Amino acid sequence: MTTVVNVPPSLDDYSFDDVLRQLMPVSPDTKVLLDARHVRWASPFGLTALLTLAQTRAEMPALAVPELEETASYWARAGFFRHAEELYELHGTYPKRAGAADSNVLLEITSVSKSEDVHDVVGRIQQKAQLMLRELNLDAKATVGFAMTLSEICQNIVEHAGRGGWVMVQTYRWTKRLGRRVVVIAVADAGVGFRQSLETAPGKERSDRWDDAAALEDAVIRGVSRFRDPGRGQGLAGVRRYLGRWDGKLAVRSGTARIAIVPNWDDDVPLAEHLPPFPGAQVQVTIPERAPSQPSPQASARTKR
Amino acid sequence: MMNHIDLSSVLRQTVACDLYSNLVTRPTGAAVRDQIERLLGDAHDRTLTVIDFSQVSMIDFSCADEVIAKLLLRYEADDPPRDAYFLFRGVTEEHWEAIEAVLERRGLALVLEQADGIHVVGTLSSEERRVWEGAQQLGRAAPAELAKALGAPASDVQRSLEALRRRRLVMRVGEEYMVVGAHRVG
Repeated sequence: MTTVVNVPPSLDDYSFDDVLRQLMPVSPDTKVLLDARHVRWASPFGLTALLTLAQTRAEMPALAVPELEETASYWARAGFFRHAEELYELHGTYPKRAGAADSNVLLEITSVSKSEDVHDVVGRIQQKAQLMLRELNLDAKATVGFAMTLSEICQNIVEHAGRGGWVMVQTYRWTKRLGRRVVVIAVADAGVGFRQSLETAPGKERSDRWDDAAALEDAVIRGVSRFRDPGRGQGLAGVRRYLGRWDGKLAVRSGTARIAIVPNWDDDVPLAEHLPPFPGAQVQVTIPERAPSQPSPQASARTKR
Repeated sequence: MMNHIDLSSVLRQTVACDLYSNLVTRPTGAAVRDQIERLLGDAHDRTLTVIDFSQVSMIDFSCADEVIAKLLLRYEADDPPRDAYFLFRGVTEEHWEAIEAVLERRGLALVLEQADGIHVVGTLSSEERRVWEGAQQLGRAAPAELAKALGAPASDVQRSLEALRRRRLVMRVGEEYMVVGAHRVG
């Protein structure tokens, strides 16, 4: 028997929970069909999470692809079908070739499982990032931080997930929430997740309140790592600093919780608990276009005393 | 004896790919540090090694921790493998954010060579910084001479100089001390 799961017409980090909610009562070895025929738009989070979702199923799931030609064409340009063909039984018509590159897709969906993949991702993004950040009125200083952010988030997969994941980078105009353009990095894996990763730390004692939310607070807010080495945990701390400087947002979902570093322009909750479960970790970074009137932030203390 | 290590060359040897000019990821950082240590192994007992970032596009936090922090920690330990000192060259704004973060996190300091001279950066007590800068002014000096210049007790200055030497920020030459890289600039 196959269980049909409806994919919302607009698929992003919030609406993806609707998909997961429908899957909650379904056993992992039950065949599922994700019905994405009516999807009109999907964020990088939505696309990478769809691939990740397939990895969590014991039996290969089916996916009914978007009927709207424009949507299917975009998914193809984002590299979605190239990976989905290996993870889903695809139903419906979709472009077999990606066609011309989409200038808004800075990094099409790319699998990350080892250190060399991170080198590749960073190398590919650097030149494009410089042009794109200029378009968003962010000065050249933002470019290196952007590549560092991408590198550190991808490394979380290599170091902690225990299996490969996906990354995608895209710009789009975020009319509903911001009325400005944004650049978004989405990284998703179906690995062990933050809670299980931190539980492997030597001497880790579980407090009365130890759950996915507590694990996310430890890792994202306090820079705790499963490694005893005090130099660990700097990656996410650095990402937070960078995003603070450029008014960006960081959201990390793992298991049943989601934590966000929320800038003024957004009204997200800092911590959401009791969400429908999803294995691994999913990270989304959003950097908004800088309004012309906004001053450029001070560089860090510079290479001087 | 002085060594020059071009990090981009070391990186290319390490990842076996000419296309990469970014110091990213912990495994890469650990491999680069291993290679640096191998090169140091060929050197004499006391060495000053210039670690050159000029051809490196960027370095991330994880890699900075592996290459810089762990290298410094090993050589400022009580039993360093050899009497090695480091001068960092070609460090730009693009590299600084990650380097600054790891120095702060680990409580470390290093000597940078820049167009306008050498500078000590990172975590130092105000006394250590004052003594380092005083030593830099004098070029090469005995503790008593430096203490006189700073108007400080000789024993305090001697203690600070020894602490700075252990941290690989000043070198001891006979009874005198000089800051790392002092001879490199006029």
